[in-house]
Amino acid sequence: MTIEISIRKHMQADDRGFDLDIALSTESNRVVLYGPSGAGKSLTLRAIAGLLTPDEGVIRLKQHTLFDSAAAICLPPQQRKVAYLFQDYALFPHLTVAQNVAFGLRSGCTNMRRPHEHPAVQKWLASFELTTTANSYPHQLSGGQRQRVALARALVLEPDILLLDEPFSALDLSLREKMRYELSELQRRLNVPMMVITHDPADLTLLGDDIFEIRDGSISRAK
Amino acid sequence: MNSGVWVALSLSLKVAGWATLLNMVLGVAAAYGLSRWRSPARDLVDAVLTLPLVLPPTVLGYYLLVLLGRRGVFGAWLEKWGIELVFTWQGAVIAATIVAFPLVLKSARAAFENVDAQLENAARVLGVSEAGVFFRVTLPLASKGIIAGVLLAFARALGEFGATLMIAGNLPGRTQTLSVAIYEAVQAGDDQTANLLVLITSATCIVVLLIAGRLLPKSQRRRNT
Repeated sequence: MTIEISIRKHMQADDRGFDLDIALSTESNRVVLYGPSGAGKSLTLRAIAGLLTPDEGVIRLKQHTLFDSAAAICLPPQQRKVAYLFQDYALFPHLTVAQNVAFGLRSGCTNMRRPHEHPAVQKWLASFELTTTANSYPHQLSGGQRQRVALARALVLEPDILLLDEPFSALDLSLREKMRYELSELQRRLNVPMMVITHDPADLTLLGDDIFEIRDGSISRAK
Repeated sequence: MNSGVWVALSLSLKVAGWATLLNMVLGVAAAYGLSRWRSPARDLVDAVLTLPLVLPPTVLGYYLLVLLGRRGVFGAWLEKWGIELVFTWQGAVIAATIVAFPLVLKSARAAFENVDAQLENAARVLGVSEAGVFFRVTLPLASKGIIAGVLLAFARALGEFGATLMIAGNLPGRTQTLSVAIYEAVQAGDDQTANLLVLITSATCIVVLLIAGRLLPKSQRRRNT
C-alpha cells in the first residue's frame, strides 16, 4: 500500500492561528501518527477522509488521487473508500447494532429493511461476537462492544484504508491491552492498510511499522 | 346553538391542521437551512422569520390584507388565477400558518443544531449521500424536538384570532373559527355558548401541550453513547 500525503492548511480561530504542514509517504500497512493532542493528528486524518479540505497539496492512496489542489481534484468523503473510526466511535444512537453495521451498504435515503439477514452483516457480527447484541442499541453496549460495532460498520464496506483516531482512549485501561491486541491481529488477518493516531507509547510498539511524529502541525519520521 | 359550536370546532381543526402541515414542511426546511447556513445575514433572516411571534396578530393581518387583498400585490395576481384568500377559510390557513411558523422554526432549529456533526460525518465517510445523511441521521435525531414544535404550532394555530379575523373575517360556517366564535358570543351576551367554546378550546390546547411536554425533554434520550 502506498500512501502519499503532502498538504498544507491554515486554520484561524479568533486571534490564534494554526498551520498544518504535513508530508508523509510510506509503503507500510501499519502506520502510526504519534504526538501530543492538538498537534494536528486528527486534522491529518480528517483531510484523508475528506472531512477537511486542505488549502493545497496532494493525497494519494494506492493509485487513487483523493485530493490534488493543482489538478482541482477533491473527492467527497462518500467516494474515498476510506474507513474512519472516530474517537467516540460515532455510532448512530437511534439505530440497532445490525442497522449500524449495515448503514453504509445503502447509500440512499432509507435504511436496510432486514439488516441482520444480510450475509455480509451476519459475517461481521459473528466475527466480532456481536450476533447476540444485533438488536441492541449502542447505549446498551459496553465500551469494547461499541468499538467492535464501529469496526464492523467500517469493514463491511471493504475500505482501502482504515483510519483510527485514538481508538483506545474511550476504553478502560484493563480493556485497552486486549483491544490493542485484537486490532493488531485483525489487521494481520485482513491485511487492510491501517493508520492509527495515538499519544500512548504502548500503541507504537504493537501497531506501528512506520511511525511519524506530529508536533505543532509539522511531521517527522520517528522509526 | 350546538350545531354552530361543532361547525366552528371542525373549521378550527381544519384550519389548524392545514397550517400545521404547511409548517411541518416550511418550518422544518427553514430551520434546517438556518442551522447550516454560515452567513452574517443569518441573524437578520432569523429575526425576520421570528417576527410573527412578537408582532401583534392584527399587524400581521394587516400585512396580509395589503399583500393578498384584491388590490394587494399578490392578491391582484392571484385573482387572475381565480384564487381568492380574503374572507375564505384558506385565508385563515395562511394567517394561522404565519403566526405559528416561528414555533416550529425555533424548536426545529434547536433540534438540528443539537445533532452531533460527527454522526453526520460518520455517515458521509460510510458512503451515504447527502440526502441520505439528512433522512437517516439528521432528521431522526432531531425528530422529537421537531414534533414538539409542531404540536405547539398546532395549539397556537388553533387559538389564532387577530390575524384570522383581519383576513378571513367572521362568517359563521365559513370562516368563523372557535376563537372568533367566542368573541362573537361574548359580544352578543351569549354566555352559555361562550363558556362551552372556551372549555373546548382550553381542553384541546391542554391535551396538545401535555403531549408536547412529554416529547420535549426526552429529545436527547438516546444521545448518551
